Amino acid sequence: MSKQRVISFPHMGDYHIPIRTLFQRLYPDAEVRPAPPITKETAALGARHSPDFICEPFKYNMGNFIEALESGATMLLQTGTGCRYGYYGELQEQILRDLGYEFKFLCLNRERAHPRAAYQTLKQFGSPLSVPQTAHALLIAMASIRAMDRLAGYVREHTASVHQPEDMSQIYSEFLKHLRSADSLQTIRTLDKSYGKQLRRLPQAEIVSPLKVGIVGDLYTVMEPFANYDLEQRLLARGVSVSRRMSLTFLLFGPPRRQRLRAAGGYLRHPVGANGLDSVAQSLAYAISGYDGILHIKSFGCTPELNAVPALMNISTDYQIPILHLSFDTHTSPTGLETRIEAFLDMIAQRRETRADIQPGRRHRFHLHQGRHPR
Amino acid sequence: MTIGIPRALAYHRYGTLWETFFQELDIPYLVSNETIGSHLTTGRALAVDESCLPLKLYMGHAASLRDCCDVLLVPRLERLGKQDEFCVRFWGLPDTVQATFGGVELLTYERKSASHSAELLAFLQLAKTLGKSPLAAARAYRVAQNRQQEADLRRFLQNRVHLRARAPKILVAAQSYITYDPRLGGAVADLIRNLGAVPIFIEAFDRTACAKAAGQISKDLYWTLNREILGAIHLAAGKVDGIILLTAFPCGSDCLANELVLRRVKTPPITQILLDEHQSGEGLRTRIESFLDMVERRKEAI
Repeated sequence: MSKQRVISFPHMGDYHIPIRTLFQRLYPDAEVRPAPPITKETAALGARHSPDFICEPFKYNMGNFIEALESGATMLLQTGTGCRYGYYGELQEQILRDLGYEFKFLCLNRERAHPRAAYQTLKQFGSPLSVPQTAHALLIAMASIRAMDRLAGYVREHTASVHQPEDMSQIYSEFLKHLRSADSLQTIRTLDKSYGKQLRRLPQAEIVSPLKVGIVGDLYTVMEPFANYDLEQRLLARGVSVSRRMSLTFLLFGPPRRQRLRAAGGYLRHPVGANGLDSVAQSLAYAISGYDGILHIKSFGCTPELNAVPALMNISTDYQIPILHLSFDTHTSPTGLETRIEAFLDMIAQRRETRADIQPGRRHRFHLHQGRHPR
Repeated sequence: MTIGIPRALAYHRYGTLWETFFQELDIPYLVSNETIGSHLTTGRALAVDESCLPLKLYMGHAASLRDCCDVLLVPRLERLGKQDEFCVRFWGLPDTVQATFGGVELLTYERKSASHSAELLAFLQLAKTLGKSPLAAARAYRVAQNRQQEADLRRFLQNRVHLRARAPKILVAAQSYITYDPRLGGAVADLIRNLGAVPIFIEAFDRTACAKAAGQISKDLYWTLNREILGAIHLAAGKVDGIILLTAFPCGSDCLANELVLRRVKTPPITQILLDEHQSGEGLRTRIESFLDMVERRKEAI
């Protein structure tokens, strides 16, 4: 028997926690180790070994893979659906092999992501679990993802309105710490409930209505804080209530296509690839429910989101809601971003003062779309 | 009522089909002129600044038709099968045009499978909105379909002949909307010709054979148009002296597929040329010249 297998995978937000638990269950004899956290070096490393104008997630994934292999990983995970993401796997494997790395590559992309095919692939790579056991492991992962997204959504929306915002993030990171070791549906449910309660019981601040901003955009840039230069934290630090409906929960258990098309209210009549349609539908919902502004963020050259831009501009004019479009690439400067956010927030704050007729915060509990909350 | 057809993107693949269909139905239509500088200038102002060059050109063409036409033909090409997709740019085209030119009337049909009967149904629907009878439309579609096949065959033969040329043969591997645009592929082909070599386009290889051969280079590729390019590259090995991967900034599918080609295909010599809106003729000329020099020297050595 050769030395122990080390499984690794690229980052996206905090989702390494449930994914790690899932694969630890699927491969009990292996060591599952998420790629080292993304740093500037990761981004630079990834960009160096990627095609020039490929979308950002490819570069970050590449950087993650290389650093994981350098730190001893022997098996890498990748998935792929949507627009270009479905084709990442084949090219990334080729690039890594050209760099001289030896590894196994478990790629569940497109038709390989369908349950039956996925199970067979998992088996091929040596998972000892039966179908019901695999299903159980999946259920646990899904439950943690739902709980994470639900609480994170609550934190984003309410940090601005509690007395001591630091408490919020502290409670949430404590929750994540416990989630790491949660290994049954029951524990996850208890964690979800008790931390949800803790969050809701935090003393409220005096100021009642913070600025409300919705974030839409391509899934990776929206969900990976490093890829959007901590946009959410920057907004929260300025006392803004942030809403974001895009999450893994939304991707996995979101409404069916027909419903999303209807939600786009005629601004888009067809799917435009990946989550372009969702950006439009969610922006429309934010516009209708009286948000102060929308941030549309994407990685440079993301075609589905570019398809959505003309529709977003129309929403902006029709509903008189400011939309800031931000494109990220590895050369974005944090200072430039800071300036633009500052200007945008100043602008929407002034708008609110001058337009007293706008009632901010009708339909306050937007986050509930993250899934029903167990009481 | 006049129908406007922008001479860009899918026109270079399905143009004959559309034109014949409208001809047969006696519906006046107008195809925009061959690309000139003003198309790019207007297109650049209309499209989102990060959009790809072909889309900017498309917008320019569409804008040039707005004054003289009542409706624009903007089809929505989604896929030709489960693993045969068009770039999402094509998925969003009708919506993009609609949202960019507020109030423009669109004529559109959807393509979601390879089957001709599905396409026929889509065209019948199209004819219905134009007030034509299904019978006439079905006949028109059949004629149009045949003409398109003839046109494809003509392209195939025209390119095929060049494979027997003595001069160095260069495969210009690009999407048809780049190849057949005089400002993009046309300019590159002229340069190659002026330098004494023969440009050959991927149309020199049969489409179905290409789609099959693409598997030799990439197993996972699911973009129809890129599959054809990859297939042609595989089939051309040994028949041409050099390959130029011609792509436009920032093409989403080309940048992945071409990277794989550069990594997996070792012979003949390959280079990638990126076209963008700021390109200068001189820069292009230098790159092609040096590539041809290299190809010729290599040919002499062998």
